[in-house]
Amino acid sequence: MRGFRAVASGAVAVSLLATATACGGGSSTGGSNESPKTLTYWASNQGPNIEADKKILEPELRKFEERTGIKVKLEVVPWSDLLNRIMTATTSGQGPDVLNIGNTWSASLQSTGALLPWDEKNLEKIGGRDRFVEAALASTGAPGSDPAAIPLYSMSYALYYNKKMFADAGVEKPPATWDELVATGRKLSKDGKWALGAEGSNLSNNIHQVFVLGKQHGADFFDASGKPDFTSDGAVAAVKQYVDFMATDKIIAPGNAEYAQNQSLSDFAKDKTAMVLWQAAASTFKSQGMADDEWGVAPVPVQAGAPGQGKSLNSMVAGINMAVFKNTKNLDGALEFVKFMTSDEEQKLLCRTYGSIPPVKAAQSDPAFDRPELKVLRDTLATSAAPLPQVPNESQFETVVGTAVKNLFAAAAGGEPVTTGSVKAELAKAQQQMPQQ
Amino acid sequence: MNTTADSEVRERAVRKDTPGAARGPRRPGRLRRSALPYILLLPALLLELLIHLVPIALGIAMSFKELTQFHLRDWGSAPWSGLDNFEVAVDFDAPVGQALLTSFFTTCLFTVLSVGLCWLLGTAAAVCMQESFKGRGVLRALFLVPYALPVYAAVITWAFMFQRDNGLINHVLHDQLGLTDSPSFWLIGDNSFWALLIVSVWKGWPFAFLIVMAGLQNIPKELYEAAALDGAGVWQQIRRITLPSLRSVNQVLVLVLFLWTFNDFNTPFVLFGKAAPEAANLISIHIYQSSFATWNFGTGSAMSVLLLAFLLLVTAVHLVATSRGRKVSDV
Repeated sequence: MRGFRAVASGAVAVSLLATATACGGGSSTGGSNESPKTLTYWASNQGPNIEADKKILEPELRKFEERTGIKVKLEVVPWSDLLNRIMTATTSGQGPDVLNIGNTWSASLQSTGALLPWDEKNLEKIGGRDRFVEAALASTGAPGSDPAAIPLYSMSYALYYNKKMFADAGVEKPPATWDELVATGRKLSKDGKWALGAEGSNLSNNIHQVFVLGKQHGADFFDASGKPDFTSDGAVAAVKQYVDFMATDKIIAPGNAEYAQNQSLSDFAKDKTAMVLWQAAASTFKSQGMADDEWGVAPVPVQAGAPGQGKSLNSMVAGINMAVFKNTKNLDGALEFVKFMTSDEEQKLLCRTYGSIPPVKAAQSDPAFDRPELKVLRDTLATSAAPLPQVPNESQFETVVGTAVKNLFAAAAGGEPVTTGSVKAELAKAQQQMPQQ
Repeated sequence: MNTTADSEVRERAVRKDTPGAARGPRRPGRLRRSALPYILLLPALLLELLIHLVPIALGIAMSFKELTQFHLRDWGSAPWSGLDNFEVAVDFDAPVGQALLTSFFTTCLFTVLSVGLCWLLGTAAAVCMQESFKGRGVLRALFLVPYALPVYAAVITWAFMFQRDNGLINHVLHDQLGLTDSPSFWLIGDNSFWALLIVSVWKGWPFAFLIVMAGLQNIPKELYEAAALDGAGVWQQIRRITLPSLRSVNQVLVLVLFLWTFNDFNTPFVLFGKAAPEAANLISIHIYQSSFATWNFGTGSAMSVLLLAFLLLVTAVHLVATSRGRKVSDV
């Protein structure tokens, strides 16, 4: 009996060992069609919460199953986990077949080689490159290479303002330049109310704001060869301008320095903050109990003149891309699924629900996208938006420069002076943390 | 009484009649008998190997590689870089090394304070609860709650409490007691160190309490009675009887608390998110950031290996020091 037990427990251990070793290492090199009847899909969190996303997506996935017989297993991954989950999947080779990625990560993830390149042949299968808006395609990977992902939802930034607070302070129209914004802001910031909201501890949001300001100051954060260039005069001026809204102009509440969970949107809905710079905020305002006529929308201010290209850019190309994992076991099914999700019908339906702009040209004609808010976002995207740098180190850039801005906000909130020197030092520290290549 | 004695006698008689009956008629060979403990240990050893040693070995291997996003997919193909990663990590004149050193010192200070306070609170509470009184059981259970709560749930609650504008802490300190001129930041800036320390002690002291309480059960009551008869006061009893008797328990307790606190990742990560403020940038978070934020897993692994070496060194010194102490006291 004892001998039997020893043998049995030994056997269990050995089999565990064998299973675990089998789990490690992804050596598969390309897609196959071994399991043509199922797909795993990691969706990003687009709705108010994960449950809401499931409710929105599941009927569509059933529709896809009815048409093709392919069952799609859905997992909605929160933004805080998504990039780490993708990296882990890349390392182990045990990933989903199809996944959503933040479009700014496209070049970073492209460089890992984990995503299926969308060459002409693959693009043909989903209807060709021409179906998509050019600005959205610009944010799908390094320039000159096959896209690593396909645009799924597009968004851009706008200035949202609280109509009641504007009326109370006697402000008649939203500011069109930063000088006007500061002047208006001073009128609005009093009696515990503040003019502008910020998410000082949200690294990505910090990046989106300083990237645009950087463009307006003629800075790019990366030089032509893709090397980090965080301490150029333009970059320093951009970061300083953003933090100065709190430090010098005093139109952002100091408490915003620790915001990272969209608290600035609740402040906006509670009439505590008059303006936010945000992308597609309508559904969040609604969930916060704000009626559609209580807020207005205008293009993000520029330094002078009207929004346009070059120094008058006023938004990043924001959005979600859809990618196929290179070692999928259902390549044809995955392509079929991307085709389904980017079809005119699904694009109209999903973008309408999520309040985003369809990156598919034909879907934009739907009257639902003529709402004043979406018109501003669409015009911005078409005429005055630029993609974040499409370099392999983009996601590292978001972390280190985002942290630098967070630290500067913390200093400003704590009453420390924010000078050109301190901004430059913080950006220099960020640049030194970038991997050497 | 009688029946017990009877049965004992009977039992003894049975044992006498059948020598070796318990081992059964098939007496295993000497080799088999001596191999048995090892066979029984084998599953545990294999799992230990699998769960602990294999990842450690892989981590050490990674620290000698230039493992970036370009090789993530097949990390075996990443080029060997010799000691480059270590050189970057310990070049204290360059920013990466400097940041690591600052983070190391922050962690040391944090660990000393946290372990000290955990031990002090735990011991004090355990000593106070030694005498039985009404409600002792309830209090004991209550004290263990922070230890029993899932870390994430507990720390996220603290994060809410530490918020500047809507948090409970500022509401009490500023709004109600008026102790500060303006609401303080706890989750950013220099105060974050104290916020982290408070949560860490809150989370850690019940363990010290539990262990010391168990240790106290082993001190004979007679010692205290004798001391009391000799006229020793409470303080003297604690100093001369309780603490010396707890010595061996404390040695293990402090070592374990030290290792847990020094390595703690969950508390700062849940409290501050991906980018911890400099004042609270513990080494585990720093290493996470150095590998996951920059996708440079080679450097991150090298830092981890250095951390491992440091902790091994501390543990070894601790073990040598305490075993020497034990030998002396044995004599």
